[in-house]
Amino acid sequence: MAGTPYAVACLMRRDLTLAVRRRTDVLTTLFFFVIVVSLFPLGVGPDMEMLRTMGPGVVWVAALLASMLSLGRMFAADHADGTLEQMLVAPYPLALLVLGKVGAHWLAAGLPLVLMAPFLGLQYGLAAGALKVLVVSLLLGTPCLSLLGAIGAALTLGVRGGGVLVALLVLPLYVPVLIFGAGAVESYSSGLGAEGHLSLLAAFLVLAVAFTPWATAAALRIALD
Amino acid sequence: MIPGGGSLTRYASPAAFYPLAGRLIPWFAVPAAVLGAVGLYMGLVAAPTDFRQGDAYRIMFIHVPAAWMSMWLYVVMAIYAGLGLVVKTRLSSMMAAAIAPSGALFTFIALWTGSFWGRPMWGTWWVWDARLTSELVLLFLYLGVIALAAAIDDPRRADRASGLLALVGVVNVPIIYFSVQWWNTLHQGASIKMTAAPTMGAIMFWSILVMTVAFWLLSFVTAFLRVRCIILERERHAEWAQKVVDNRA
Repeated sequence: MAGTPYAVACLMRRDLTLAVRRRTDVLTTLFFFVIVVSLFPLGVGPDMEMLRTMGPGVVWVAALLASMLSLGRMFAADHADGTLEQMLVAPYPLALLVLGKVGAHWLAAGLPLVLMAPFLGLQYGLAAGALKVLVVSLLLGTPCLSLLGAIGAALTLGVRGGGVLVALLVLPLYVPVLIFGAGAVESYSSGLGAEGHLSLLAAFLVLAVAFTPWATAAALRIALD
Repeated sequence: MIPGGGSLTRYASPAAFYPLAGRLIPWFAVPAAVLGAVGLYMGLVAAPTDFRQGDAYRIMFIHVPAAWMSMWLYVVMAIYAGLGLVVKTRLSSMMAAAIAPSGALFTFIALWTGSFWGRPMWGTWWVWDARLTSELVLLFLYLGVIALAAAIDDPRRADRASGLLALVGVVNVPIIYFSVQWWNTLHQGASIKMTAAPTMGAIMFWSILVMTVAFWLLSFVTAFLRVRCIILERERHAEWAQKVVDNRA
């Protein structure tokens, strides 16, 4: 049963099985998200009006940071035990294998954030409509974060400076996603409608799916040469 | 002994480019200094006081050329990085590494002088509009490229990794340039367009142009100086490099 789709499916299933077996990695990312979102009201005060305005931005920034923290896991374990090298010499297009890995990473690290977001939005007093827009924006945005973050993770494989260096590299690339993601909720709340922002987010997602696996594959080849 | 053939491509060799860069530096440095002096005179002394902005607007003669150079140098750095990745010439990657700090500094100068212009004009040191934010992101991209190259010990891998990062980030440059068209921003729109006459006084326009050319020539000087250091560092085991160092010592 050869063929690229089967290989990608096998890779995704393997990664998801590993993620389920190492649940702590997934859960710590999720709890980091929850804790960061909960820290802001403690810092800026409990005034509900202000929190309602800040809420989408805070949830989005926390999702960004949690997503960034989980990037180290994407390739490091496979790099350490030699699986990554096998992926590089496999007779399947590396870009598609990367897409599979990033997809599995998003299902394990990004999707929990999306599912948790409504509850955190309630903590900030967001209305039901705004919560819906928040979830949709995160649903479109977190895969972009995983795809863009994969480039950073691949570039810094085995490099000293670790997580902080990935942050410096990847956060500038995250900025457009953050601006339109948080902006979608704010735009909805101010009555202008979120369609524009969400359409742009969807466009980013399509562009990211099309181009970032290729860049990540190139970065992996650079890192493993 | 200059390696390679008799054509211009022999200067793709670091050993051949090193003396050429050294000979070229004065040819760029002197015009840069002269044009800089002329441009500063035109901007600070000759140009009239603005009707609305008073004399504070004169920071524009540093701010605009620095901002243009910050975007231009990123594109040039990305081109060299692309050449280094695709054609695999060592000197291309060295040039990319040589340009990055100059570009970062111009970006910082653009942001800093922009702040000083914004305070009297807009009443605020900073505003999160599209152009300022994307210029700040450009600074972070430059710093990321420099940091990534510095964090990797193997020079070949460092070149290729930071080159790939530079190419990924080049998408930001058109965003900065077109941000004032795509968004309603506080930052003013383009007064100097390719398709219409400039909407500012002639002396101001020419002052900006002169300062831009001066900054551009200056970026050649800094790039050549830096690339000579990088070449000596990387090629230090070669005989020609050791001769150069011995002659200096």
